Amino acid sequence: MSSLALTSRTPNHDPKLVAYTLTALAISAVGIFLVLPLVAVFAEAFSKGPAVYFGTFRDPVTQNAIWLTLQVAVVAVPLNTIFGLAAAWTVTRFTFPGRRFLISLIELPLWVSPVIGGLLYTLIFGLQGWLGPWLDERDIHIIFAYPGLVLATIFVTFPFVTRVLIPLMESLGQAEEEAAVTLGARGWQVFWRITLPRIKLGLFYGVILCNARAMGEFGAVSVVSGHIRNRTNTIPLQIEILHSEYQFAHAFALASLLSMLGILTLLLKVYLEKQSTRRTASPAPPERLRHRDPAVPTT
Amino acid sequence: MSIRVQNISKVFERFPALNGVTLEVKQGDLLALLGPSGSGKTTLLRIIAGLEFPHSNDGKVFFEDREVTWSSAYERRAGFVFQHYALFNHMTIAENIAFGLRVRPRKTRPPEAEIQKKIKDLLAMVQLPGLEHRFPTQLSGGQRQRIALARALAVEPKILLLDEPFGALDAKVRKELRKWLREFHNQTGLTTIFVTHDQDEAFELADHIVILHEGKIQQAGTPHEILSRPANRFVAEFLDLPFPS
Repeated sequence: MSSLALTSRTPNHDPKLVAYTLTALAISAVGIFLVLPLVAVFAEAFSKGPAVYFGTFRDPVTQNAIWLTLQVAVVAVPLNTIFGLAAAWTVTRFTFPGRRFLISLIELPLWVSPVIGGLLYTLIFGLQGWLGPWLDERDIHIIFAYPGLVLATIFVTFPFVTRVLIPLMESLGQAEEEAAVTLGARGWQVFWRITLPRIKLGLFYGVILCNARAMGEFGAVSVVSGHIRNRTNTIPLQIEILHSEYQFAHAFALASLLSMLGILTLLLKVYLEKQSTRRTASPAPPERLRHRDPAVPTT
Repeated sequence: MSIRVQNISKVFERFPALNGVTLEVKQGDLLALLGPSGSGKTTLLRIIAGLEFPHSNDGKVFFEDREVTWSSAYERRAGFVFQHYALFNHMTIAENIAFGLRVRPRKTRPPEAEIQKKIKDLLAMVQLPGLEHRFPTQLSGGQRQRIALARALAVEPKILLLDEPFGALDAKVRKELRKWLREFHNQTGLTTIFVTHDQDEAFELADHIVILHEGKIQQAGTPHEILSRPANRFVAEFLDLPFPS
């Protein structure tokens, strides 16, 4: 929290006017673009009273959307966690040709529009796609069905865990793992007893980010979903449908649920950052690189 | 246990770190690998420990008569002490020391009472009794280094490898630990190799010194031999000795 009496954190003293102007600009930008819309979501959600608000969650179609979102996240997030761990391990522990390229490739979903991800899967698994006819003969449905939703979500949330872990593991180095090996520990023992305890805060941080994004994903999921009510509508898709049907209070009520997930994620993130700074606050060898703030992926 | 290193070469991204190094360490010897930074001394130590592997098949590492060139670090069980201690910061001192015993398969793992006794004995030996329940970050650099040594000794290695053991400590603590290590070595007679860039440290502590430069051994011998007859211009200049040209 920035107190009103601004104290300069750097030795070069900017004029007070500059400091106050910049702070005012930052606060009003955050207020207008972030806080105000969030307040509006809740205001709109309760605009027809609490009965309508809570009524939203009694609608079976909406309940189905919430349930489906959970089902997608519960598969996509663990898979991306395991993948993220494996990828971060590979990239930070080994040097091999194409290492940099692999890192860029993992981050690809951050740079391309999620819609493209969805389209790619449609191209591969769709009825008009490469594998579509073959799958259809065997009665396997991926596009416009649950597996497609999971695939699209995995695509979009692919880089989240890795992006947090790579800088963290790079900064921690591997001396402790090496020490464990010279003491007789094997691969999995090193992972469970040394590596995991050291990276667990960062890992958890990556997982909650991944989860927030998995539950809130719209673009990629929208392409592969087909918007079949009660079957392939996740929360964000259901919000859009409610909104386009002019059921604004219901749409915003459901949106408030996602917003709360976002706020919860944010609170957890702040808590985790406090935890990791508390750890680093204790006297430590000066030469040791400390926990770097994990890079926050742009969502 | 004696150590024999034969014709070891190692290349890091086309930069040669070691170039045909051959060396022998007798049982009970205290040997210093001395050289400026980038001379390859740490790489050599890590190859002996099994943390790195030589570049080609010509190079070999023997512990006694057993070839260990390609066996992994956990098979070699050489005690290794890292420059920056590498203590497990999420574990207490007792857990750090017991780590090597607790990761053993059940059949060879000592009973808990024995482990507790061992922790106590080792803490007494490194003159830090009563620190069992502290965490590494609560200790000073010198204390941490001694805990790292206790942890390495817990698994009763036949060889002790120390990478710049006093490099991160201030001058006073350094001197104390140096003396202490010499006494410790006299008591245990453990074959020990330590890496240092500090000539005083090497000449004060070691029975034998190996001087490395640009991945090659420049001279090996007792401190007296080296001081009285520097083998080449590099050794002479490095040690600030006159070299007859």
